[in-house]
Amino acid sequence: MNRGRTSSPHQPGPNRTGRLMAWVMAAALPGLLAQTLFFGWGNLINTVFCIALSVGTEAAVLALRQRPVRFFLRDNTAALTGLLLGLSLPPLTPWWVSAIAVISAIVLAKQLYGGLGANPFNPAMVGYALVLVSFPVALTTRWVAPAGTEEAVLPGLIETLSIIFGGSTPVDAFTMATPLDVYKHGIAGALASQVTTHPTFGDGIARGWEWVNAGFLAGGLFLLWRRIISWHIPVSLLASLALMSLVFGWDPDRATPLSLHLVSGATMLGAFFIATDPVSAATSHRGKLIYGAGIGLLLYVIRTWGTYPDAIAFAVLLMNLSVPFIDHYTQPRTYGHRKARRVGTGGA
Amino acid sequence: MRTLYDFPGGIHPPENKRQSSETPIRIANLPERLIIPLQQHIGAPARTRVSEGDRVLKGDVLGDTEGAFSVPVHAPTSGHIERIGPHAVPHPSGLDDWCVTLIPDGKDHWGACHPLPESDQQDPDRLLAHIHKAGIAGLGGAGFPTGIKLRPPETDSIRTVILNAAECEPYITADDRLIRDRAAEVVSGLQIVRRILNPEQCLIGIEDNKPDAIQALESAVDGTGIEVVVIPTRYPSGGEKQLIQVLTGEEVPHGGIPADIGVLCQNVGTAAAIHRAVYHGEPLIQRITTLTGDALCEPGNVETLIGTPIRHLLDSAGFDEARAGDVLMGGPMMGFSLPDLAMPVVKTTNCLLAGSPEELPPPPPPQPCIRCGYCADACPMELLPQQLFWFAQSGENDKAEQHNLFDCIECGACSWVCPSQIPLVQYYRSTKGEIREQREEQIRADRARERFEARQARLEREQAEKEAKRQARKEAAAKARQTPPASKAAPERSAAASETVAAPSEAPDIETLEKQLLKAQAKRNNMRNMLDDARKRGADNVDKLEKAVAKNDDRVDAAQKALEKARSGLTETGGATE
Ligand code: SF4
Ligand code: SF4
Repeated sequence: MNRGRTSSPHQPGPNRTGRLMAWVMAAALPGLLAQTLFFGWGNLINTVFCIALSVGTEAAVLALRQRPVRFFLRDNTAALTGLLLGLSLPPLTPWWVSAIAVISAIVLAKQLYGGLGANPFNPAMVGYALVLVSFPVALTTRWVAPAGTEEAVLPGLIETLSIIFGGSTPVDAFTMATPLDVYKHGIAGALASQVTTHPTFGDGIARGWEWVNAGFLAGGLFLLWRRIISWHIPVSLLASLALMSLVFGWDPDRATPLSLHLVSGATMLGAFFIATDPVSAATSHRGKLIYGAGIGLLLYVIRTWGTYPDAIAFAVLLMNLSVPFIDHYTQPRTYGHRKARRVGTGGA
Repeated sequence: MRTLYDFPGGIHPPENKRQSSETPIRIANLPERLIIPLQQHIGAPARTRVSEGDRVLKGDVLGDTEGAFSVPVHAPTSGHIERIGPHAVPHPSGLDDWCVTLIPDGKDHWGACHPLPESDQQDPDRLLAHIHKAGIAGLGGAGFPTGIKLRPPETDSIRTVILNAAECEPYITADDRLIRDRAAEVVSGLQIVRRILNPEQCLIGIEDNKPDAIQALESAVDGTGIEVVVIPTRYPSGGEKQLIQVLTGEEVPHGGIPADIGVLCQNVGTAAAIHRAVYHGEPLIQRITTLTGDALCEPGNVETLIGTPIRHLLDSAGFDEARAGDVLMGGPMMGFSLPDLAMPVVKTTNCLLAGSPEELPPPPPPQPCIRCGYCADACPMELLPQQLFWFAQSGENDKAEQHNLFDCIECGACSWVCPSQIPLVQYYRSTKGEIREQREEQIRADRARERFEARQARLEREQAEKEAKRQARKEAAAKARQTPPASKAAPERSAAASETVAAPSEAPDIETLEKQLLKAQAKRNNMRNMLDDARKRGADNVDKLEKAVAKNDDRVDAAQKALEKARSGLTETGGATE
């Protein structure tokens, strides 16, 4: 009996990091389901592969660092990083590209900084940005034509496996540029009505993509409802993206319209699952609002004036950089104080 | 309907109150011996008024007030004094206290009981003196002497008196049960407080999870003008600062006390004790304590004598030692784990929680902080617990302090919500302790340095004086040799002698000037440091401090000039000797 040694509080609350991460992963399932329905087996295979590799890599590095492997794996953060990469990489990404993304995420972006909690950058996005810069072709030509497109076919399970792991190049009938990409390059020489005849848009705003985004939105709302994430980052992110789009892109004959910004690409995945990674985000409520708004703004800027059709990774990483400053200037006012004290934070 | 305000953060831990709240207050039976600490409250220990072997009656004074911050201690029952000496007492510091061990004779005979005569019951000063003599200290929290607390700097500055009946901590039902069984006593005690302070309003704040107590209070306050305010149940609404915020919308300023904003909070048990002291002449020798937890067969509330060994009390409630894990004094959120069950019940023992190991599990190994910010959302003081943790862990105590570590009330809400199970409060406590120690160390070091410098200065001055004297003597001797021992030389000589005598008479003057200069310099440096610090922190008092520094600069200059003048005066007179 070691009476008298423990410190208050003496009863634990209901939250557990591992469980929270598991809920986040579960909430991503509707989005993954929509991806699988509209874009075939690719994302599912990628996701399983990335999770397995991510957990394996984390275990290996922890063992090398002589840390208790099982204890740290229980926080489920490695699995979540794998999941996020699997969801964001194009469905037909070759396995070695995914592997490079996963390993750099876990080793470079997380463990080399000291493991969970010490990483200034979102690991999954470091991995993603790295392969996007290194293998731009693989990352832009491996998107699948959504189910329901007339002149295209969805690759089957065996075909998908052989493309991902067997090194075969996908036939043209399988792939199609993303709506954001098509619109951005099409609108330069055509009117909106002409651009949207492209099969990638389908009958709605963006065939398949709208459902994928709806899926991630639903999962995100679930996380909000369970209070696993707070509303500040997703709401400010989407609001600033919308505002930018309304101010600079109000004319659909000249720029990508708001609707497309919101429901295609990785917008909802980014807003609810990626930007909300707590470790690399700002910490106070006001800080989160600024952080989210910054991502939304950068997202619009890079999508519109940059070379990449989608930009979640870069937008998030850039805002990760500014977190120490945001945290510094957004300290809350403590009870009984007239105003907030502004003093250096740890990383600043 | 009164408007209620909100406090930020807060949590809803499982209440676990029904185990103990549903049976009436029992009277605990007499133990074999009582161990009565002489210091049960903030302040100086009481001076012993009895000796070993003495016979005492119930209510006799055992120890008396030593300093202003202390209250007398009384015999909880009749019997004889077995021993007076150190004994382990329930205090987070783990230090022993000077205790009186009393063997009850079982007769429970009262000594003289002096209720306050009716003629004096309206006189605030008489009431205060009586409350103080009855040994009443806050029965919740820190146990501050009530007689002092009720005497704020200016009596008329208290506008709101609040009776804190929130009892937000899980498991504890002592106040709830006391109100349900003896609401009239509680309200009567509050009325006495009102008579002393004469506030504009008198409120009772109570959480809405105690419907029976609310009802009892409603009928007891009928016609008194006291208002029962029902507040939403949310931990820690019973924290003094939070309750004040909920009821008045105001915040106790940083570093201040509630009286600064015209508020005074009283505890339920204290109010009842005041009633008993004033109308029945009973000193504070007993209290209501909640006995609860899975390791007890008969949880409930008992009226127990102060000094009763905790084990005796637990046994009376069917303590199953084999099933017991930690035994806490206080609740699960803020209580502390008792190292030894031989410790006695003290004035602040509101609850004894004997939990099973499942109920009070050992803390799991903490995982890394994921900066989720749940802790900040739960913090009622609007701190950033995750940042405080970061600084505490990395030993950056100054930064922790700048992030308002000392505003933390150690409520534990942050630790409770932390998904990584980090014992945040433990970190804060030890960092606070370290900082306090450093401060004391600093003060000690400063004092030692001052002493050293003063000594150094004195030695140098003495050396210089000796030198001057020697010089003077030499010169005088030389002159004496030059001039033949003629009669007219005598006055000259005596003049020189008188000069050498005069010099020391002038020295004290310079000495005081030097002292003044040193003092002024020290004060100015101190001010400068404070200013630098304030600038760094961007505090709001920078301009004030700037003025203070300027003023002290002037003082230093003045002192320096005075000293120089005095010194040059000395050399002038010194020169005259030649
Ligand atoms: S609740 Fe725990 S894990 Fe979350 S930010 Fe606070 S200390 Fe870190
Ligand atoms: S223990 Fe301190 S930091 Fe934690 S919630 Fe309470 S006041 Fe805030």
